Amino acid sequence: MVASAEPPNLLDSLDEPISPQATNPWGDRLFHLVVRGIAGVVLVIFGSIGVFLAYQSVPTFRRYGLSFLTQSQWNPELDKVGISSTLLGTVEVALVALVVAFPIALATSLFISEYAPLRIKGLLVALVDLMAAVPSVIYGAWGFFLLMPHATLTSRWISEYFGWIPIFKVNTDPAAAVWAQSRFVNSAFIAGLCVSMMVIPITCSVMRGVFAEAPLGEREASYALGSTKWGMIRTVVLPFGRGGIIGGTMLGLGRALGETIAVLFIISLTFNVNFHILQNGTSTISALIANDFGESTSAQLAALLTAGLVLFLMTLGVNTIAAVFITRSRSGAATEI
Amino acid sequence: MATDAALMTVYRTAVAQAADELPAVGVAAAPPPEQDEPSTLRHVALEDVYAVVGSLVGSFGLVWLVFSYVLPLSGVVGFVLCWDVAFLAMYAGVTARSHPRPVVVSRVMAAVIVGLALLVGFVLMTVVVYVVAHGLDAVRHLNFFTQSASAGSLTGTFAQGGIYNALVGSLIQVGIAIAIALPLGIGTAVFMTETRGWFVRVVRTVVEAMTAVPDLLAGLFIYVVFVLPFHGNYPWGHKNGIAVSLALAVAGTPIIARSAEVALRVVPGGLREAGLALGASHWQTVRRIVLPTGRPGLATALILAVARMIGESAPLLIVSGFTTFYNANPVDGQPMISLPLYVYETLRSGQPAEIIRGFGAAVVLLFIVFILFAATRVLARQRVSTR
Repeated sequence: MVASAEPPNLLDSLDEPISPQATNPWGDRLFHLVVRGIAGVVLVIFGSIGVFLAYQSVPTFRRYGLSFLTQSQWNPELDKVGISSTLLGTVEVALVALVVAFPIALATSLFISEYAPLRIKGLLVALVDLMAAVPSVIYGAWGFFLLMPHATLTSRWISEYFGWIPIFKVNTDPAAAVWAQSRFVNSAFIAGLCVSMMVIPITCSVMRGVFAEAPLGEREASYALGSTKWGMIRTVVLPFGRGGIIGGTMLGLGRALGETIAVLFIISLTFNVNFHILQNGTSTISALIANDFGESTSAQLAALLTAGLVLFLMTLGVNTIAAVFITRSRSGAATEI
Repeated sequence: MATDAALMTVYRTAVAQAADELPAVGVAAAPPPEQDEPSTLRHVALEDVYAVVGSLVGSFGLVWLVFSYVLPLSGVVGFVLCWDVAFLAMYAGVTARSHPRPVVVSRVMAAVIVGLALLVGFVLMTVVVYVVAHGLDAVRHLNFFTQSASAGSLTGTFAQGGIYNALVGSLIQVGIAIAIALPLGIGTAVFMTETRGWFVRVVRTVVEAMTAVPDLLAGLFIYVVFVLPFHGNYPWGHKNGIAVSLALAVAGTPIIARSAEVALRVVPGGLREAGLALGASHWQTVRRIVLPTGRPGLATALILAVARMIGESAPLLIVSGFTTFYNANPVDGQPMISLPLYVYETLRSGQPAEIIRGFGAAVVLLFIVFILFAATRVLARQRVSTR
């Protein structure tokens, strides 16, 4: 609204492109600056987690070198510090959790997205979210007090009939009249069962989200061609949701690798290379850190931080792969009216 | 070849039937009366119900017999497992008598899927029932909520001592953590939804990767950057409340950012464009249109983050000290107890009375999470009704 002597040429002003910038550029510039700044702060915080852990790990690696990764004993008093047995235990617990959780999560997500009546679908979704939000200390207590006695019997049964498979072997006679129950408790298997309770809801909600997006037209086309319900799921829903299935499973794996409290409840921390998942005694990185942190000297602390770095890198790798798969299967960025 | 012949037979009968049903030319055929009734889509034939129920009962009986009389086995887990396998086999057999293979496969898969979903529901129920049943003795007493743990003794009665200090500690720690994580999380979410460019992709990747990084590492990080450098010299150079809050904030920010991003992403793009077309600046559009429209989703994100933080226990093992005394000052360098840590320490104590108290605190924890989830359900319903 600039009052000028000569009337402005309308045609001239039409030739100029209208600036997409808003009427108040300074406010917007400030807004963008603030938002960008917040995102930058978040980025710096999370970037520095890795940087700090790496920095603190330098003395450990300088002292122990690569033997930190190959040594199985964790015994700072004897200057023997390594995480090979712990790494093995971490992977064992996570794999058991994943093997148990994957089919159950897949079935549950298919049930919610395909089989459940429409009325209770929302409730079921909320229940799965609730299951994810139940504190892990409660799952740990449940696993220790309720699950362990039952799972011990299951362990014994498995080792009795499948003990010829090396990983299911337990160094005792499972068929003995008075069986050595103490050999079967506190094992990686039971810890994995308990952790699977925390993996299921995460994996399930990712899978369900992707299954729900399977295009209606293709579902109907499948039915119209005479497919049964399972035929439709097998040919439309599962192929469409493959990214979500892989991504959700990887996300669950990340969670299983880092689970602390529930594992700490169940396992008895030992540092032997133990391939027998049903046999008592194992260790995971997170349980090791949480257990030893309280009474650690500064040298020990540095070693624990290095173990933390290894855990960080492992979960970061797994989660990044998961994110790639999940993002790839995601549809448009914004909903249009 | 056999199938081809069968198909041809089916085809011929169908054609013959169709020819039979064709009305004679010139004769006005009365529409069959059942055409007036709407056809039921979800009709379940009675024999299908019989197949399911019969297989369930039959397999139960069979497994009962075999399990308890023939094989010297025992255990609830084994029984249920064998029952399930026998049921599936029997159901498949019964269905196969009257249906083609694809239908059999479909029904067996449906049975497997429903069975596994029921299993999850059952196990979740055992978690809740077990915790509540064991904590009831402690929760029954009102002093459980009004007295600190220091007022009771390890083996004393439940009429003394409680979790007041842990409740207050949790409230303060989560409150501070939310005060830090909420602006960071929602700011990041606004950044990720409202702007474009390579930096957005970097931030989104990092936030998504961080959502599932173990919370234990958040505690480790805060210990290294916040507690350790000031060790012994400043009040916060010890395990204390503020360090816990910071760790919870670090663990919670990516969770809030992600769920808030989802909430903002659902805001229709057309609404944004309408705002900008009316001449509003970007900030005004975000402030007046995007954030209010996404408010129910943002509230849900906040509640979920609170629920997650209040039960967070792994970082507490690193940065929080255990105490039975009441401490409402997060920065005085004294340990400050919270609910999850109280649950953990008491359950691991080995004292029967303490274990029951631990279960009592777990009940309170579960109850808080339930209430928060009920709140999100109410919010979700509001969102539906306003549309």
